[in-house]
Formats: sequence, C-alpha cells, structure tokens
Amino acid sequence: MSTTTATHHDDHAHDSHGHPTGLMRWVKSTNHKDIGTMYLWFSFTMFLFAGALAMLIRLELFQPGLQFFKPEVFNQLTTLHGLIMIFGAIMPAFVGFANWQVPLMIGAPDMAFPRLNNMSFWLLIPAAILLLSSFFVPGGAAAGGWTMYPPLSVQGGMSVDMSIFALHILGVSSIVGSINIITTIFNMRAPGMTLMKMPMFVWTWLITAYLLIAAMPVLAGALTMLITDRHFGTHFFNAAGGGDPVLFQHVFWFFGHPEVYIMILPAFGILSTIIPTFARKPLFGYASMVYATAAIAVLSFVVWAHHMFTTGMPVAGQLFFMYSTMLISIPTGVKVFNWLATMWKGSMTFETPMLFAVAVVFLFTIGGFSGLVCAILPVDIQLQDTYYVVAHFHYVLFSGAAMSIMGGVYYWIPKWTGHMYDETLGKWHFWLTTIAFNVTFFPMHFTGLAGMPRRVPDYSQQFAEFNMISSLGAFALGLAQLLFLYVVIKCIRGGAKATNQVWEGAHGLEWTVASPAPFHTFETPPVFK
Amino acid sequence: MSQNTKSYYLPGPSFWPLIASIALFLLAGGFSMVLNKIALGKPLMIAGGLTLAYLLFGWFSEVVKESVNKFYNKQVDKSFRWGMGWFIFSEVMFFFGFFGALFYARNVSLPWLADTHGLTGAHMLWQNFTAAWPSAGPSLKLEGAMKPWGLPAINTLLLLTSGVTLTWAHWGLMKNKRKQIIIGLALTIALGATFLYLQYTEYSEAAFTIKSGIYGATFYMLTGFHGLHVTMGAIMLTIILIRVLKGHFDSHDHFGFEAVAWYWHFVDVVWLFLFIFVYWL
Repeated sequence: MSTTTATHHDDHAHDSHGHPTGLMRWVKSTNHKDIGTMYLWFSFTMFLFAGALAMLIRLELFQPGLQFFKPEVFNQLTTLHGLIMIFGAIMPAFVGFANWQVPLMIGAPDMAFPRLNNMSFWLLIPAAILLLSSFFVPGGAAAGGWTMYPPLSVQGGMSVDMSIFALHILGVSSIVGSINIITTIFNMRAPGMTLMKMPMFVWTWLITAYLLIAAMPVLAGALTMLITDRHFGTHFFNAAGGGDPVLFQHVFWFFGHPEVYIMILPAFGILSTIIPTFARKPLFGYASMVYATAAIAVLSFVVWAHHMFTTGMPVAGQLFFMYSTMLISIPTGVKVFNWLATMWKGSMTFETPMLFAVAVVFLFTIGGFSGLVCAILPVDIQLQDTYYVVAHFHYVLFSGAAMSIMGGVYYWIPKWTGHMYDETLGKWHFWLTTIAFNVTFFPMHFTGLAGMPRRVPDYSQQFAEFNMISSLGAFALGLAQLLFLYVVIKCIRGGAKATNQVWEGAHGLEWTVASPAPFHTFETPPVFK
Repeated sequence: MSQNTKSYYLPGPSFWPLIASIALFLLAGGFSMVLNKIALGKPLMIAGGLTLAYLLFGWFSEVVKESVNKFYNKQVDKSFRWGMGWFIFSEVMFFFGFFGALFYARNVSLPWLADTHGLTGAHMLWQNFTAAWPSAGPSLKLEGAMKPWGLPAINTLLLLTSGVTLTWAHWGLMKNKRKQIIIGLALTIALGATFLYLQYTEYSEAAFTIKSGIYGATFYMLTGFHGLHVTMGAIMLTIILIRVLKGHFDSHDHFGFEAVAWYWHFVDVVWLFLFIFVYWL
C-alpha cells in the first residue's frame, strides 16, 4: 500500500496538485493534512492564551481579598477563559484531528470539499481577533460569563457585540466543517469499509458532526435574539414585553448541552483508538460502542434544562430533566466498561499516549460521577453556581477532552512528523499535567460543597487554604504545558525516525502509509478488508 | 488541472477561503462598530459587503466552470447532494430555535407573567394582565396583530404554486424541453418576487413594529428571516435560469438546479409553519 501511494505522489508533483510553498502553501491550502496542522497550531495557541487567562484568575484567587484585578476585570477573565478554551482550543483541536485522521483512516484522497475545509479554518482567525481585541474596547471584554445570559449580556458594552459576532462566525465555521466531515465519511470511504467496520474515531466524529449541525444554528438563533434585544428594541428576554430572560437559557442550553458532547465524543474516539493499540487487543464491544455514542447524541438533546434547575421551573420539568440526565450515564458507562474490558488481560505497555488514555478513563469517570451528583435535583439546588460545578466540568473538559487531545497528539505525532517524540519528556509532561491538574481541581469539590460561589474574585477566609492549593496547582499545570510545547517542537525538528507502523499494536489504514504521511495519500482508494 | 473523471476531483490551492474570512471579518467588525456608533463601521461594512459579493461571484463562477468542464464525477455529485442536504438541515435548526422561542413565549412565559396558575405571584406586579395571544407583554401595547386570511393566505397560495411551477420546470429539464424549463423557472421567480412584494406591503401597513413586545419580536424575526431566505432563493433561481439559458444543464446532470429546488421547497415548508403558527393559530 505504502509503495503505491508513494508512486502516485510523484505522478502528481507536476500537475495542479503541486502546491505553492512558503506562506501561500498555508493560506491557499486545499490539503487536509496542512489544514489539520493549521487547526492544531491555532488550537495550541488559543490553549496557551486562555490558559494564561486562567493563571491570572488563579493569581487573583491565591488569597482572599482583592489583590490584582477589579471585580469587573476578573469577570472578563473568566468569561474569555471559557469562551476561548471551548471555541478556540478544544473544538478546533478535534477538527484538526478529524482533518488529519479521518481521510487517512477511511482511505480517502482528501476531504470531500477541500476549499470549504480551508474556509472553515480561516474563519477561525477573524473570530479569534474579535474575541481577543474585545479586551481593548471601551468597557473591556464581555464579562457576563461564557454563557452570556441576559440581562447582563444585554447591558454589556461593545465587546458583547464582538463576542456574539465572533461566535456567529465560529458557528459558520463549525457547520461548514461538519458538513464536510459527514460528507467525507459517508461518501469517501475505501471500498470494503462498511459503516460498522469504520474506526471508532471516525464514528465518534460522524456523530459529533451531526450534533454540531443540529446545535450550532440554535446558538446562532439565541445570539441573534440577543443582538436584537440589545440594539433593535425586541423583548425576547425582557418580561415587560412578554419575554423572559430564562428563554435565553433554554435556547442556549439546547445548544449548550449537545456542545458538551461535541467536546467529549471525539475524545472518546481517541481513547477507543489508543487503548486497543497499547493493550494489544481489539476494542471490546465495538458495536455497543457505536450504539452508545449514538445514544449519548440523542439524549444530549433532551437534558438541557439540568443547567437551569434553580430558575424556577415546574417540578415536573425538573424531574424529567433529572431522570433524562441520569440516563446518559448508561451509554457512558457502557463506554467506560468497554475500555476496561479492552485492557483486561491485555499485553499492556505504558507509552505516553497510553498513560494519558488510562488517566482520562479514570479522571473523566470522576467528572462523570460528579456530573451525576449535579444531576440530582435537590443536591444541585445546593451546588448550582458553586466551585463544585467548576470542579465537575474541568474534570470532564480538561481531564476528559484536553488530556485526550494531548494523548492523541503523542499517539499520532510520529505519523505527522515522521519522528518519535521524546518519550522521557512526554512522560514528564504527563505526570506533571496529571498531578498538577488534580492539585488544582480536586480541592474545588470541597470549596464548592462548602458553598464557595464561582465567578467571584473574593472569598471568605475559610476557603483560603484550598484556594492557595488550587492556585499552586494551576501555576504548575500552566508551566507543564510549556513543556508540551517544547516536546512538540522538538519532535517536529528531529528525533528517532518513525516507522510506518509506529506502534506495535496499531491497526488501521493510517499506519499503512509512510511516516511522515506523504502530501497526498490514497489517491487510488485502498481495498479495505 | 486534472480532467480525469474517474478519480475524485480535488481542487488546487485557492484564495477564496481567505477572502471569505476577510469578508466576514469586515462585516462583523464593521457591524459591531455601527451598533456602537463608531463612524468607521459603515465603510468597513460596505467593504465587507463588496468583498462578500466578489467572493460569492468568483467562487461560484469557478465551481460552475469546473462543473461545465465535467471535472466532477458521480462521486463528487454525491458529495454535493450530501452537502446540500445537511446544509438545509442546519437551516431547519436555525428556524427551529426561533419557533422554540415563539412556543416558549406563548405557552410558558406569558402564562407565568399573568400568573394563570396562581404559582408565580406575578399578579402582584401586573394586576390586569392576562395571558392571551397575541400579546406585547404586561407593560406594552399591541395594535393590529396580523390576520391570516388576507395577504398571508394569498402569499401561501403564491409559494405553494411556485413549488408546483418549479417541479414542472424540473420535469421539463428531465425531458429536455427547453421552453418548459425556462417558463417554469421564470414563473417561479415571478411568484417569489410577488411574494416578497406582498410581504413588503404587509410590513409597511402593519400597525406594530419589532419593538411591540414578544409578538412583534417573534413575528418580525421569523417572517424577516424567512423573507431573507426567499430573497436568497429567488437570486439563486435567477442564476439557475441564466445557467439554463447558457445551456449548462442536461437531462441527467443538473445538480445545481436540484440544489436550488431543494432550497426553494425548504423555504416553502418553513412558510407553511409560519402561516400556521405565526399568522393563524
């Protein structure tokens, strides 16, 4: 297989597929690998920037009392930290993986719509500029929280408009990107690759793309109503005109809860790829994994109001959303047990990707359990808007999504660069990240249960010790990511030559092409058995 | 460029994505400034609009050229079908959000504001407010809500007829009856334009505005976005008509036509929901 792709690469060197060099290679790219690389670097940049915002938050919270920032500036930091991490770091990272891996895994020559693919990427740039520059307009950045609830978001200054338009543009990018991914998966698979033979990562992205196309337009609608309420005199979220601020929360979370799964399903796909490789066993319960993913996707549209238990909805509604939320733990449990069963009696080794994968299974499950705690209505009424919620969603978003991304980078970077990464430094990065993460976020369970509210720059003396621990952990966590940056750059610049197979236990079409993967692969579809 | 129709057509490097990004940046940045009364906003928006027009014209011209030169094989055609189908699904979800707001306002927020079930205590605030639709809420007055059986009913007939004429044009295309295609398309565009004119009349005669509480907000948001979609659909149909006149399509290779037809039917179906839930019930 690898020899046929190599010769095809030469054939095409002299026609239009020969690509421009220098900056134009990236600007005008229609190549899924180059676009994937741009996505990943964009994501990493945003990750470091939003991480820096988190450092500032923890700096302020190091001690009780106001130290460095005025409360309104603190609120800007938390708002933009959330927005940029979600829309700038995690989502683009997964799209980067989809770009690089989906065509390679299904034996396609590229994405179905290469130009639209590049547009999806380049739309991220204006959105990022709008978000980042909003710190410098009069009144500072948006400060009403990443969820942008009215009335705060109706009252805010120009930066709220900029954030809304940034999210509109990101929505266009996500929808176009998802249409591209779905079309690629449905229409570009190598002969012989039936749906139920697709790699699990491809399955999770197929379902994620469906969620994105269904959820992002609803967010666009909510944001549009916000804009008209702000500037054109509508009363969608104003009780005087018959509207309701809670309406925004309903529409927002109808998008927002699928969004949570948009950020975790591709992570599940990465885990389902890494764990079988290093357990040297096929994925346990492949079919149940597919059905569990689909079940999570369907359920994600009927649980949204569990984010709003304290808004005063009728008890019947609260109970419905409590039970439907708890139902999600069934397909999620199926997944966790399948990963455990895959590892059971496997011939396991613990290279960096596997370390990340195992840690994610463990830590994500903690986040899943604290999610169940939050789902329980009477408990949630106590926990709403406390640090317990902050702990919960960082366990699913950092030790679930972000650490899966890191594991995925270590897993596939030999295929991307042609070099092995530095295993020792990779392990250092893993241990520093995992320990610092837990030092940062585990104490938040306690402060939250004790009643410390989120999004407030000051706190009562009784929370001082735990907050100091959290802040120390956060600084270590931030510094550890600079090590990650160093490992990635070192791997790009050189290192031990990677074989085509890279990992002994790896299976799939992407391991049949050379490392680094040639610019064009599978121009003649491989036959998949 | 490779003209081998056996393999999947992969376009070479392209500037259009970057231009799309610049256009949206100018529009979004400019609009943020216009909304906050910064003078620079207007020229930025104009520049963004022109860039967007240049982009749409240039990019679609390129795609049409590729299509006419038969770069696309069956598999590419199938990609376009998947792509258009999912795009329309995203549009459905966009309208779904606004319909959701309408249902929520009518069935949840108004009864709560009127304290219909005696649960919220809101009657202490607004003693004489009752939850009836249409409503502009407890603090605003609503005058002259829309009646379904005037212009809206005529508009419904117009759009339904336009769906028929479009299908008739498609039959003509499949049987290579050139005259039938052209007349059918022209009729469809004319019906769409008449619809838009009647919508404009309805707006200009309306006694209420978008500021008239939740009724005005949902009414203008839903019908406004629908009108925008009809406008886009009519422009797309016009371009398809020009392409028909240029002889771009044949009886079995005309996805451009079909895509626009799908879009038109989608806009049609949205209108039916509007007629029922916004005007009628």
